[in-house]
Parts: sequence; C-alpha cells; structure tokens
Amino acid sequence: MYEGIFWEEVLNITLLSLKVSGLATLIGALIGIPIGTFLGLRRFKGKRTIMRFVDVIMKTIVNTFMGLPPVVVGLIVYLLLTASGPLGWLGLLYTPMAMIMTQLIIVIPIIIGITMSAVGSIEKSIREKALSLGATETQAALLVLREARMGVLSSIIAAFGAAISEVGGIMITGGNIRWWTRTLTTAIVIETELGNFTMALTLGAILLTIAFIINLALTIIQVKGARE
Amino acid sequence: MSKVEVKSLFKEYSGRQVLKGITFSVQKGEFFVLLGPNGSGKTTLLKILDLLEEPTSGEVWLNGEPVDYSSSKERVMLRRRIGMVFQQTVLFNMSVLDNVAYPLKVRGERNFEQKVKSVLELVQLKGFERKNALTLSGGEAQRVAIAQALVTEPELLLLDEPTANLDPKNASIVEEVISHINREKEITIIMTTHNVSQVENLADRVAILDGGRMELLGTFQEIFRSPSPNKNLAMDNIFHGVSRITNEGTSIIDIGDGVHIEAAFKRVGNVTIHVPPEDIILSKYPLISSARNTFEGTITQITDIGHIVRLRVKVMSIKDFIVQVTKRSFNEMQLNIGSKVYIAFKASSVQAN
Repeated sequence: MYEGIFWEEVLNITLLSLKVSGLATLIGALIGIPIGTFLGLRRFKGKRTIMRFVDVIMKTIVNTFMGLPPVVVGLIVYLLLTASGPLGWLGLLYTPMAMIMTQLIIVIPIIIGITMSAVGSIEKSIREKALSLGATETQAALLVLREARMGVLSSIIAAFGAAISEVGGIMITGGNIRWWTRTLTTAIVIETELGNFTMALTLGAILLTIAFIINLALTIIQVKGARE
Repeated sequence: MSKVEVKSLFKEYSGRQVLKGITFSVQKGEFFVLLGPNGSGKTTLLKILDLLEEPTSGEVWLNGEPVDYSSSKERVMLRRRIGMVFQQTVLFNMSVLDNVAYPLKVRGERNFEQKVKSVLELVQLKGFERKNALTLSGGEAQRVAIAQALVTEPELLLLDEPTANLDPKNASIVEEVISHINREKEITIIMTTHNVSQVENLADRVAILDGGRMELLGTFQEIFRSPSPNKNLAMDNIFHGVSRITNEGTSIIDIGDGVHIEAAFKRVGNVTIHVPPEDIILSKYPLISSARNTFEGTITQITDIGHIVRLRVKVMSIKDFIVQVTKRSFNEMQLNIGSKVYIAFKASSVQAN
C-alpha cells in the first residue's frame, strides 16, 4: 500500500516537472527564437553610432538576463501574482501556471542568447552567399536560420535543462504544494528537510537521469556540428 | 549586363579608403583579370560588381545602364544575372544537389534536376548529388561553389581567386571549367588572382590593382613583355639584376648582395626575373639535386592559406624568397619562424620579363 503511493507520488512529481518545464520551454522557444534570430540578423554598418549603441545595450541585457537568479525571478512573479499585486485578480499564485510563467522568464533570455549567437556567427557569410546566388533578403534570412538550426536546437535543450533543474523560482510561485505544485527540485528540498531520504534520493536520481539525457543530446549536436 | 563599365569608383570602410578611383570597362564575352597583392581592393571591387557592397562614390554601368544600388529590387534582379565565386568557399549544410539547386529554387524554378546534373558533370562531380556538401574536400567544395554560380547560366561571372586555396589537381579542373565556359558560352568573366601564369593562359586583358588604384591595364603581352616599373608589385619573387651568359649557354643573374641566380635563358644586361613560389623546393638539409640554384636561408614569415602554406625565406639575410609548400609537408617538416632551411629551383623555373 505504502509502496504504491510512494511510486504514484514520484510519478506525479516527475510528470509535473516535465509538464511545467516542457511548456515553459515550448512557449519560450516560440517567443525567443524569432527575437534571437532578429537580433542575430541585425547588421550595423557603422554609419549610425546610435544604432550600434542600441545593439550593444540589447545584447548586454540579453546576456544579463541569461544569468538571472531564479529566486529573483520567483520574487518578481510572486509580487505580480499575489492577491494585492497587479495580476492578482487572475488567481494564479500557487498554481502550475504560475510556475510556467516563472520558468518562462528564465528560459526566454537563454533561448534568445544562444539563438542570437548561433545566427550571428554564420549570418555574414551565409547571407552574402545566398544573396549572390540570387536570393531576396527574406530568402537569405530563412536560409541563415536553417543553417543555424543546430544552434537553435541547442538553445532549446539548454533552456529545458535550466528549467527542469531550477528550484528557487518555482518554490516561491508554486508554493511546493503536495500533489499540485510539487516538482522534482522542490520535492527534494522538502523531503530532505523532513528526513525522507529514500524519496529525496529517488527524485534526485530521476533528475540526474533527465540531466544526463539533456546533456547527451547537447553533446551529440555539438559533435555533429564539429564534424560538419 | 555582359558589358561592364566602372566609372571612378571609390569605396571607404570607416574612414579607410579601399578603392581610390577605379575606372575600366569590360566587353561582352571578355575574360578580364584583376591582378594584385592581398589588400589591394580586388575582393571589394568584385563585391561591388555583385551588388553586395555599395560604392562610396562612382558608378557601375551594366549593359549600358547605371546601377541603382539603393533599390533592393534592382539589386536582386541584377544579381540574378550575375554569378559569383568567393575565395572562401561557403556551402550550405545540405546535399550537393540542394546546394546547386538553391539558386534555381530562389528564382522559383521547379525543374532543376537536369540543369544541376549537367553542371555537376561540367565540374566533374557526377555522382556527388546525395553527399552532404559540408563533408567534401576543399577542392570539391570549391567546384560545387562554381556549379552554384554557373547553374543559372549567368551573363557575367565574377571569380575571386577561385584557385587560391586549391591543390594543383583541383586548380587545373577549375581553370579548365572556367576557360571552357568562357569560350563556349561567351560569358563575360572578371577574375581576381595573384597567379601570373593563370593570367597568361586565360585572360584577354589584365588590370593590375595595388593599394586601391589601378596601376596598369592591358593584354598580358603589353604588361609582362614590355618594360614597366609597376608590374612587379603583383608578383612574388621578383628580382632585378644584371645578367651574363655562361659557357654552358645559360645565364647568371647577379641580383645583388652576393646572390646569383642561374637561368635557362640567354640574356645580357639588366633583367627582371621571376621565380614562381610553387617551383621552389624546400628542405631542412643541404640538397644534392639537379637544381642549379640552391640557397640557405631562414624562415621569417609563415602564412597559412588553407591547404598551402606560404613561407618567406630570407637568403643571405637580405633577399626574400616566397616558397609554397602543402600543409602536410609543412607539418611533417616541423618548421618554425627562425628555422634554417635550404631552397632550390631549376634554372628553367627562372622567368625573365
């Protein structure tokens, strides 16, 4: 009986983790890839110093947000969603939706940043070549994105990796409620505090396995990229 | 289109002048070569002709019409009648077939199979269709790039040092293809190079570019067979000296500083000689060979240009010889700046202008 509930809870926690981080990554990709592509494709010909300045500022902001502490994100989302906050009327605090929002803010800069540099690193040569072969600017941009596909894919994997292992943000906005908003990371925190090491270690092993699979995928992409 | 006119073209990059008033015109079907050292503005000029760069001032006329660089529509339209091969080969991460079909696809053409097939045959890459283009060797990749430029049957072909990074075998295939299409299809070709023998074999006319200026313009005969002080700047291993004829019927040229070069020709008096870098043999040990010219020197500069490494070897601590070796033998010989080496070349490799 006890065994059954144990594994049921493990499954519940794992699935919630995958769902929250998966959805955050998916929505983040839909928002982040177009922005990252746009930023990576921008060319500043040195004529307008102000534009180059804007470019540098934009990229610095993206890079800063890539390293944003999840706890801080959690705090900000909490203040937005709390009953007296501006989005309090939505009633989303301590729901999986609040956790998705939190992780979304964490993954978007990661996806933008990696996509931006993947696109930026090949932009000049691929675009110029495509144009010289008769492509329009739009056709050339699509080809650049296609050629940067491995980099874009690694941005998604890296984002998912950051989301699934994140703890501070979702702890604040999800509330770590059992059977409802308890994920692998937040559960490990509470189970360790309660002395339930069997549960904590089981969840830890699952998290490690997921991290291993993510890194395996990233490495395969990198090896493939290097060979090409 | 097939006629190209360039009128007092200037190009500036953030305050640095790359082209300083270039004027010339190329006739339909002409093979025109731009010769000049690195940094002379050759690539920039080609990119302006391919409408990839905009001139700072001056005009380009194609087929009797001035080019409007500000109209993106016109840029695409004109580019679709021009083919360009870059010095650095850029191919897309897709099959050879898709790479070569790309220029046709962006033009909305559906039936490209036959065209791709015949152009791949032309560059001797039949059977490579399904291979990923990024797995090809440097020479094969450059031939795919040429196929991409030719598949649309351009009226004007721009070639930026198409053989610079290639081994001799691939270079000769590329030269063959280029001269074939120039003869058979009457495509106007503008090519940059710093290989003088290519000029002699292929070009109708040559322009020598240096420091963003056009120094000389004429046929190969006019430029290389007549005395002129400027022509040397485009070439490596140029020496001036006094020649005398030996008992054996060869010539010894004293190029100063105690360096004497033996040549197979018979000349007396002042001469300018040229030793092609690819004809010079490099060794770490003193050479016993049939080569009439052997010198000891020190490596002072190493330039990696893809499969080939160019070395500057100082002889008698004053005369610089440029030597080309393949990357493989360079690595095997474990050479460094300061390494003591021996260079050798045949008397018949020495050319007089």
